[in-house]
Amino acid sequence: MTALVIAEHDNATLKGATLNAVTAAAQCGGEVHVLVAGSNCGAAAQAAAQVAGVAKVLVADAPHLADALAENVAAQVVALAGAYSHILAPATPNGKNILPRVAAALDAQQISEIVAVESPDTFVRPIYAGNALATVQSADAKKVITVRTTGFDGAAASGGAAAVESVAAVADAGISAFVSREVAKSERPELGAAKVIVSGGRGMGSGENFKILEPLADKLGAAMGASRAAVDAGFVPNDWQVGQTGKIVAPQLYIAVGISGAIQHLAGMKDSKVIVAINKDAEAPIFSVADYGIVGDLFTIVPELVKELG
Amino acid sequence: MKVLVPVKRVVDYNVKVRVKADQTGVETANVKMSMNPFDEIAVEEAMRLKEAGVATEVVVVSCGVAACQETLRTGLAIGADRAILVETDVDLQPLAVAKLLAAVARKEGPSLMILGKQAIDDDSNQTGQMVAALLGWPQATFASKVVIADGKATVTREVDGGLETVRINLPAVVTTDLRLNEPRYVTLPNIMKAKKKPLENVKPADLGVDVAPRLKTLKVTEPPKRSAGIKVPDVATLVAKLKNEAKVI
Repeated sequence: MTALVIAEHDNATLKGATLNAVTAAAQCGGEVHVLVAGSNCGAAAQAAAQVAGVAKVLVADAPHLADALAENVAAQVVALAGAYSHILAPATPNGKNILPRVAAALDAQQISEIVAVESPDTFVRPIYAGNALATVQSADAKKVITVRTTGFDGAAASGGAAAVESVAAVADAGISAFVSREVAKSERPELGAAKVIVSGGRGMGSGENFKILEPLADKLGAAMGASRAAVDAGFVPNDWQVGQTGKIVAPQLYIAVGISGAIQHLAGMKDSKVIVAINKDAEAPIFSVADYGIVGDLFTIVPELVKELG
Repeated sequence: MKVLVPVKRVVDYNVKVRVKADQTGVETANVKMSMNPFDEIAVEEAMRLKEAGVATEVVVVSCGVAACQETLRTGLAIGADRAILVETDVDLQPLAVAKLLAAVARKEGPSLMILGKQAIDDDSNQTGQMVAALLGWPQATFASKVVIADGKATVTREVDGGLETVRINLPAVVTTDLRLNEPRYVTLPNIMKAKKKPLENVKPADLGVDVAPRLKTLKVTEPPKRSAGIKVPDVATLVAKLKNEAKVI
């Protein structure tokens, strides 16, 4: 029994979400191998070889694997699938894009976004936006799984010494092409990996007003997020959205500012270790999940908080 | 070109779901059912393609119990030309649905299949990608913009940290993200018109698909409840609590 983890990477570095998937893979009971499919991705492969608990790193390096096109990466995984009992990827946009293609090609019913491994064939996954947890048992020969990163601690990024092995790259499927990527550059940590998140909601009033959250995020080394209401109102970009339809996060500290706490938002952050809510409405649902709440005007409280943090 | 839009009947997004006491699932009896919101966005996008003269026919298809007809009628009321129900009482999982949709696509020969990125009941996010794999078609998931020209679709996708654009050959599968469009309201005259539009009924056996479930649900439980904490009077108390009690800063 051996598990293959599809690495999330940008060719130069290994993304943190891979580490959570490695932990889930190890819990499936066998050896853990990692596939790095990319172009000039040697550095990412070396990083994967350092991850604690990884026995082997497979590297498929070809120009048409550079941009993680689902058609090509899925074909690469399927070509290597024979040797594996479990195939896992982090449940990131990239993992979710690729893995169902792999599952269908292998005639396996994928198990999405697991948060716990009960046994090598039994897993727990949230349904209905986290309002229920289903324990499911797979009858398929190969288990194809995406891993909700907040459900598993990340494996240590160093301490391992896995063998790195090149594998033959599959041919370009030739039916899709990468055109461009617009990724906002930020000095802040990624939402999915941040230890502290400062999020703003409709109560912020405007995109301009989000600026008052910046000193707070700077002080705490926090990522910045937002509720769907704030995103839909056009205050901040789409990829800031925390919630059922955005990102699922579970930082050590989540500070919700001017967020009422719609079910769809709570589904995305209720697994945070400590939740702080700042809202002028004492009856806002966010207070029902917050460890610490302050009722009052966020435009007074946030600057005070920055000052108090020193 | 023909556009095929798969739609799923799900518990309405405004319903607070309740886990059944016997842990076999969530309560769906006497609960309001609606079209999966992401699928509604897919029907809307198909209609916009038709109104722009790019698509010539929009066909909605749903797999499941007889009541899925209501969901199909909603699709017809938004403007789809006709509907196909693949009727079965079996509890369908994404792989089975993908096989049924692939079989329908082989019969219908659409240039584009567009559907929601995930259903808000099982939150699987698999069906579109699986159909694409089964048909050997390219895919563009989590679309926030779709442009069709010269036998290709140029699709902007929502990914970590921003947006990515891919160009895929047709026929292809596109899955919708929230911000692709805002679906129109269905008007009463269109609901009346929808009742007269053709709705074809087929069975999985007619399509030669085995829909037996692969995953067995052992139990469904409530997630651990998070209890409300305390309200603090001022910022100084908050910072003290975060430092000394929660120890997170």
